[in-house]
Amino acid sequence: MANVAAPSTSNSFSWQVPAWLAPLAVVVAAFGVVPFVASPYVIEAILLPFLALSLAAVGLNILTGYAGQLSLGSAAFMAVGAFAAYNFNLRVDGLPLIVTIILAGATAAAIGIVFGLPSLRLKGFYLAVSTLAAQFFVQWALTKFGWFSNNSPSGVIDAPPLAIAGVTFDGAVGRYLFALSVVTVLTAFAYRLVRSQAGRNFIAVRDNELAARVLGVPVLRTKLLAFAISSFIIGIAGVLWAFAYLRTVEPHGFNLDRSFQILFIIIIGGLATIRGAFFGAALIVVFPLILSRLGSAVFGTVFDSGVLDMSQRIVIGALIIIFLIAEPDGLAALWDRLIKRAHGRTEP
Amino acid sequence: MSLPTKLRHLAALTALALVAAAPAATADDQSTGKEQFFPLQSYRVGPYAAGGTGFFGGTIDYFNLINTRDGGVNGVKLTWEEGETQYEVERGVEVYERLKNRANIAAWNPLSVGIAYAMIDRISKDRVPLITINHGRTDSTDGRVFPYVFPLLLNPYSETSGIINYLASREGGVDKLKGKKLVVLYHGSPYGKETIPIYELLKDKYGFDVQQIEVPHPGNEQQAQWLQIRRIKPDYVILRGWGVMNPVALKTAQKTGFPADHIIGNVWSNSEEDVLPAGDAAKGYVAITTQASGADYPVLQEVVKTVYDAGKGNLEDKKRIGSVYHNLGIVNGILNVEAVRIAQEKFGKRTLTGDEVRWGFEHLKLDEARVAALGAKGLFHSINVTWDNHEGDGRVTFQQWDGAKWNVVSDWISPDWALLRPIIEKSAAAYAAEKGIKIRTSGDVDKVTELGSEAPAASAKN
Repeated sequence: MANVAAPSTSNSFSWQVPAWLAPLAVVVAAFGVVPFVASPYVIEAILLPFLALSLAAVGLNILTGYAGQLSLGSAAFMAVGAFAAYNFNLRVDGLPLIVTIILAGATAAAIGIVFGLPSLRLKGFYLAVSTLAAQFFVQWALTKFGWFSNNSPSGVIDAPPLAIAGVTFDGAVGRYLFALSVVTVLTAFAYRLVRSQAGRNFIAVRDNELAARVLGVPVLRTKLLAFAISSFIIGIAGVLWAFAYLRTVEPHGFNLDRSFQILFIIIIGGLATIRGAFFGAALIVVFPLILSRLGSAVFGTVFDSGVLDMSQRIVIGALIIIFLIAEPDGLAALWDRLIKRAHGRTEP
Repeated sequence: MSLPTKLRHLAALTALALVAAAPAATADDQSTGKEQFFPLQSYRVGPYAAGGTGFFGGTIDYFNLINTRDGGVNGVKLTWEEGETQYEVERGVEVYERLKNRANIAAWNPLSVGIAYAMIDRISKDRVPLITINHGRTDSTDGRVFPYVFPLLLNPYSETSGIINYLASREGGVDKLKGKKLVVLYHGSPYGKETIPIYELLKDKYGFDVQQIEVPHPGNEQQAQWLQIRRIKPDYVILRGWGVMNPVALKTAQKTGFPADHIIGNVWSNSEEDVLPAGDAAKGYVAITTQASGADYPVLQEVVKTVYDAGKGNLEDKKRIGSVYHNLGIVNGILNVEAVRIAQEKFGKRTLTGDEVRWGFEHLKLDEARVAALGAKGLFHSINVTWDNHEGDGRVTFQQWDGAKWNVVSDWISPDWALLRPIIEKSAAAYAAEKGIKIRTSGDVDKVTELGSEAPAASAKN
């Protein structure tokens, strides 16, 4: 992961479109075109989980991709965010949704700092194992103490309606626009962050902790800051997952599998790139669905759904291996290569 | 590089086109003939595949029987499509979103509490019934608040009460329960946790002692829990398991020296798939059920004759015909089909809307004579669903595993419905208040969404 450069540097004297134009075009299309053309199925089953997991991956990428701290607790921080938002909404009357979401992120950040403390002594796989503690502890606490789920007998919470200043974001398109706005704002924030001094500190700590210390980077504070910001973003991704996508949530929905899923998203998408989170989420979330539809359309009458599902897993597993062999730095790097090739340029 | 790239683009485009085209294509093949569609959120993969294949296999087998033998329900063909969920909520929601726009949906049968919870809001807006046979959200029994949700036959609270009533009869009366020690070993999921408060309530009522111990999903490691049980030395362990958790519990119990005949399984710990992997350790184990196992019942014989002998059976392994999950699927098929039939008598022998089928479920009264006429005498007792009682007073019985098959060891036992109803109503009322739902009265029952008319755009819960 050490050899990943910030993506825009190699393009600085490029002859064509400015670097900000492509993301802007994507955002404009996402806001202006998608709501009118996408069916409710595409929004509810594909775009909403894609947005929530992309955001979580952006958060984890700050911690793992930029600051080099491996974490397996992402799903736990999503759960903290979701349940915190639920409780703030339930227990504080008249709290605006925006404030609820920020407070939920702040709660996740606080928990993130606590579980980030071992990073001051532990590195790499050892740190990953210690973040597992967050995963198990949070799930246990949310299940154990009924208060978190307002004593719902089964521990499942129902999300409240989304409303900001009297405007309700009901229906598929409304919730999509809501999630998209949150993701856009936080992604822009992350994009700025990794180009700021704090972002450079993250990279310095990742690449060589000792050298960073010699250069005067406050290593301890930098690591905890990375945990805090990452957990903040992941916590808000959890709010989106619970409030905008599923609209119901149980602690089990944020299990270790989800943490792995988010980690795989950034590994496959590309560590230390913001775009990588979206590419990776597309592959992990959207691709299986497309494959599943394709599978049942072509073979649905021949095999039962169990056989199809098993075959899809094999195909997806094989594709992940192929992608990573083709480009170990992830889909974002693969994408860059394709773009360069399309422009007839060779590798710099 | 460029050829694979092109291929990949082509594949992606094809896939996208298929995604976009699929809803349009499915709308076409429905327009001919009278049919009633059942979207099935099945799971044939993953840790709970045994339950999924048996249950959905049974339901599909019964639908096939009705289509082949009777030509459908009064000429209305039953159709279905499966979507794999692996018992995961996200996948269940995805399948729901994919199939919800299909024409002529009669009812949803997800067989997963998590998925059912996620669907309650959605199907209430769609006005299509959601059937959670033998499980589900207990307070959805209150049809005044949950018009479209049906925990048929047995909700979790009734099941709990049924188990305690059985233990009382085994001990020789409810007063003998006083001072007895029970342990509830429950699956760490919404389903598993649903009965925690009710055991506490029954504890206070009957004066027994109960400790509830969670087994984290999926439950393939229970050493710690059973050591704890060994320390507690309970009179009975109630196993509220699911999937792989059950055989592991029985095996671990044997290892720690707890007798199998003092373990009482709940309704999702009562199948052949739960005991066979445990081998010897399961001998003597007792479990509750709403439907007896075995393939001797006339309806099962007809399924074998009409469906399996024609090579259209859904179970790959014919030995599983008449197993607990398969029979539950058959019973589920019977209840769905009879609800459609009852609704047809009211609205006409044609394709019905989901809301009309809801009316059918709310008048689903199958007494013992009708159950016998359906060829299911002894398979299950009876059901009497009304507009405000969506469970329908199902009876339970207990079966003991002898190492090769289940043997019924009790009469049909009634849970203590009168005791449970106030708690259910209280919980439902709290839900209604939280969601701003208007509580239904009996006058609302006959108002149904007619064919061709749109569901009301704005409902109370927006």
